[in-house]
Amino acid sequence: MSTMRRALTAFAVAAAVPFLATEASAQKTLRFVPHSDLKILDPIWTTAYIVRNHGYMVYDTLFGMDDKGEIQPQMVDTYKLSDDKLTWTMTLRDGLMWHDGQPVTTADIVPSIKRWASKDSMGQKLMSFVASVEAKDDKTFEIKLKEPTGLVLLALGKPSSNVPFMMPKRIAETDPNRQIEEFIGSGPFIFKRDEWVPGSKLVYTKFEGYKPRSEPPSGTTGGKVVKIDRVEWLPIRDHQQAVNALLAGEVDYIEAPPHDLHPLIKKSKDIYMFNWNPLGSQYTFRFNVLHKPFDNPKIRQAVLYAFNQEDFLKATVGSEEYYKVCKGLFICGTPFGTEVGFEDMFESNFKKARELLAEAKYDGTPVVLMHSTDNQSLTNLAPVAKSLMERAGFKVDMQSMDWQTVVARRVKKDPPEAGGWHAFLTSWVAGDLLNPVMAGFVNAACDKAMFGWPCDETIEKLRDDFAKEVDPAKQKAIVKALQRRVAEYPTHAHLGQFYNHGAIRNNLKGIVPAPAPVLWNITIE
Amino acid sequence: MGGYILRRVLSTLPVLAIVAVLVFLMLRLTPSDPAAIIAGDYASPEQIEGIRERLGLNEPILKQFIIWISGVLQGDFGESFFYKKQVAELIGERLEPTLSLSVITILLVVLVAVPLGIIAAHNHGTWIDRFVMGFSVLGFSIPVFVVGYILIYVFAVTLDWLPVQGYQRIREGVGGWLLRLILPAMTLSLVFIAFIARMTRTSVLEVLNEDYIRTARAKGQTEIKVLIRHALANAAVPILTIIGLTVAILIGGVVVTESVYTLPGLGLLTVDAVLARDYPTIQAVILLFSFAYVLINLLVDVAYTFLDPRIRY
Repeated sequence: MSTMRRALTAFAVAAAVPFLATEASAQKTLRFVPHSDLKILDPIWTTAYIVRNHGYMVYDTLFGMDDKGEIQPQMVDTYKLSDDKLTWTMTLRDGLMWHDGQPVTTADIVPSIKRWASKDSMGQKLMSFVASVEAKDDKTFEIKLKEPTGLVLLALGKPSSNVPFMMPKRIAETDPNRQIEEFIGSGPFIFKRDEWVPGSKLVYTKFEGYKPRSEPPSGTTGGKVVKIDRVEWLPIRDHQQAVNALLAGEVDYIEAPPHDLHPLIKKSKDIYMFNWNPLGSQYTFRFNVLHKPFDNPKIRQAVLYAFNQEDFLKATVGSEEYYKVCKGLFICGTPFGTEVGFEDMFESNFKKARELLAEAKYDGTPVVLMHSTDNQSLTNLAPVAKSLMERAGFKVDMQSMDWQTVVARRVKKDPPEAGGWHAFLTSWVAGDLLNPVMAGFVNAACDKAMFGWPCDETIEKLRDDFAKEVDPAKQKAIVKALQRRVAEYPTHAHLGQFYNHGAIRNNLKGIVPAPAPVLWNITIE
Repeated sequence: MGGYILRRVLSTLPVLAIVAVLVFLMLRLTPSDPAAIIAGDYASPEQIEGIRERLGLNEPILKQFIIWISGVLQGDFGESFFYKKQVAELIGERLEPTLSLSVITILLVVLVAVPLGIIAAHNHGTWIDRFVMGFSVLGFSIPVFVVGYILIYVFAVTLDWLPVQGYQRIREGVGGWLLRLILPAMTLSLVFIAFIARMTRTSVLEVLNEDYIRTARAKGQTEIKVLIRHALANAAVPILTIIGLTVAILIGGVVVTESVYTLPGLGLLTVDAVLARDYPTIQAVILLFSFAYVLINLLVDVAYTFLDPRIRY
C-alpha cells in the first residue's frame, strides 16, 4: 500500500463513525468475484450457473462427482442396490445439521428429491423409473424402481444445473413453480441474507456445525472443510475493473476473467491462474429443425462437414493453452467421452458439404443466425460460423442482438421471417454434458426437447436404453451408437472444449478443482 | 407563486402518465422474455412457460397495464421479477449511493466550474482563458468511461491512492464513504465542469461589458467584488439553468459511472434491470427519473425568482 493510500485510509478511519466496529476485517475473508450477479436464490427454480454456484455454498448433496468423474457419496453414508436391482437403500451420515441447528433427517430428503426431480430434466427422467421414494426411519430412505435403471446415482450426483441440493422439509415442500423464501441449507457456508446488498455484495459465513467427510476434497465430493471465516461475493460487471481490483488487492479471486485479459493478469507476480474446472466447457451451434433448410438432416450434416473446431476456438479463446479440439459430444477424457461417429466431420471439408447441399436440394434459403454481441465469450463465434457456412454454399443472414434477446427469441417456434430463428451459438459447462440423459441438446423428444426441437425416435430410444442400462460397459456401447445416430441426425454441432481459468492472489491456496467453483478447503495466508 | 408551483406540479401528472404508458409499451414490444431469462440458459420450454404464467406475462397487454398502473396509483410498484423484493424497497436501498454520487459531483462541478469560468472571463484573451477553454473542449470530448479508466489506472492501479471500485455506506464511516466516491465523482464531473465553465465564461463575459460593471469599477470596488456581486449575480440565470440541466443529465451519467465503479445505486440497478428485462424495476426507475427531472426543472424555475427580481410567476 502506498504512503498516499495509507494516508487516505487513515483519514477514512479517523473520519469513520466511531461506534462502528471493524469486526469483519479481523476475520479471514475471501473476496470472490463471481461470473455474474446473483439475483435468484433458489437453485432448483432456475438452471443459471450463478445460482448453482450459490447452491454449492449453502446446500449439500446426497452424492457428488469426484475429480475422475465418478459418483461418490456425500451426505449419504452407506447405500446399496437390492439383488433385483429395484430398490436403493441409502443411509445418511451421522451429525448432519441444518443451519438453524435442526438435524437433517430423511423427512427432509424425500421432499427435496421430489422438488428437484420435478424441475430438472434428468430428475424427470429418473422419476419415470421410480415407483416411490420413502423414509424408512430418520436416517434411512428407499428409492423403489419400476424397472432397473443406471440413472439413480448419475442423477443424484450430477454436478451441474439443476443440482439436487437438499433442503429442510418445510422449504423443500415449496411449490416447485414458486421460489423458496428461506435459505437454510446444510452446506459448508451460511448465507447472510441480512448482509446481502443486491447487485453489490453477498456474504457467506462458515457453518460451524458442518460435519465434513473424512476423505480429501475431490470435485463436488469429499471433505468440504472450510478454512476461512467469511466469503464475500462481489459481482463486478466490468471485467477490466475486476482485474484492476485484483491487481490492487481489493479482491482475492476472480472466477473467470475473459481470455483476452489473461496476458495482463499474468504480468503480475502477485497473481496466479488456476483451472478450477479441468473438464472445461464446450461451445455449441444449435439447429432449429422446425424450419427449412435445417428441417433436412443432410443440410445439418453439411454444416458439421463445413465446420472445424479450431477456427471457433481460436476466435474466442485464442491461446491453445486454454482449449482442446474434441469431436466427442460427451467431453473427451470423461467416462462417456468418445469421438465415434464424427471422425470425418469438423474438418472443414467444403467439397463434402457442398455435395450434401446439392443432394439435399438446398434452395438457397438464408439461414437466420442469431449473433449475441454482449456476451463476451460468445461474440466471436457467429461470424466464424457464417464464414464457414458461406464457404460451403449456405446463404447466412447473421442478425446481431444482445444475449437476452437471443434467450427470448430462441424459445419461439415461429418461422425465422416471423421472429423465429434457424441457429444460434452458446456454451455448456462440461458438467452438464457427461452422458446422453444429462446433455440437454441431445434430447430429441420433439416438442419436449429443448429449443431447436429435434425429433428422432432412434435417438430417444438410445437415450432410454442408456437410462435403463446399469452396466457401465454397455452404457458406453449405447453412447457410441447414439453418437453415430447424432452424426446422421445432427441435433447440434459441438465446437470444441475450452477452459476458464480463475485469477487468484498468491496468498490463496487450496482451490479444489470441480465442475463448479467451490470455495471450501481454501486458506488465506 | 403558490399557484404557479401548484400548476407546475399538476402539469407533471400528464408527463408522468405519458412516460408510464410509453415505458410499459416499449418494454412489451421489444423482443424479450423475462421468463426465459429467469429460467436460466438450460431450462426446458415447460419451465419457461410455467414462469411466464406465474409472472402474468401471458395476460393481454392491456390487462397487464391496468394491473400495474392500479398498483402504482396506490404506491405499489410491484415486485422485482428477479430479486423477489418490492421495487420500492429495492429503489430505497439504492438511493443512497446515487444521491451521494450526485451531490458530491454537483458540489465538485459548481466549486470548480464556476470559478474557472469567471477566471477565464476575467482573463479574456490571455493564455489562462485559452487554457480553460482548451480544458473545456477536452472535457466534453472524452467519453465518461474513458475518463474513468484513465483515472482508475493513474490513481488506483498505478499510484494506489484510491480504491478501484465499490461503495461504503455512509453509516459505516464518512471517510471510507468519501474515499470511494472521489474517483467516480471526478469521472462524472469532468464533462460538466467543462460545460459549465464554458457557459459561465460566456455569461460573465457578456455582463462584464455592461454599464453597471463599469460603474461599479468607477466607484472603486475591488475586482473580486465586481466579479462576484455584480457580474456573477447578473450572469446567474443562464448558469443556474445549465446547472439545473446538469443535475438532470447526471441521472443518465450515473448509469455508466456506477457500472464502471460498481456502485450499487440506481444507475447499476437500471443496467441490471434492463439486461435482465426486469419490467417492474425498469418501469419504476424510469418513472422516478422522470419525476426527478421534472422536479429539478421546477426548482430551477422557482430559483430564478430569487436571482432575478424581475421574474414573477
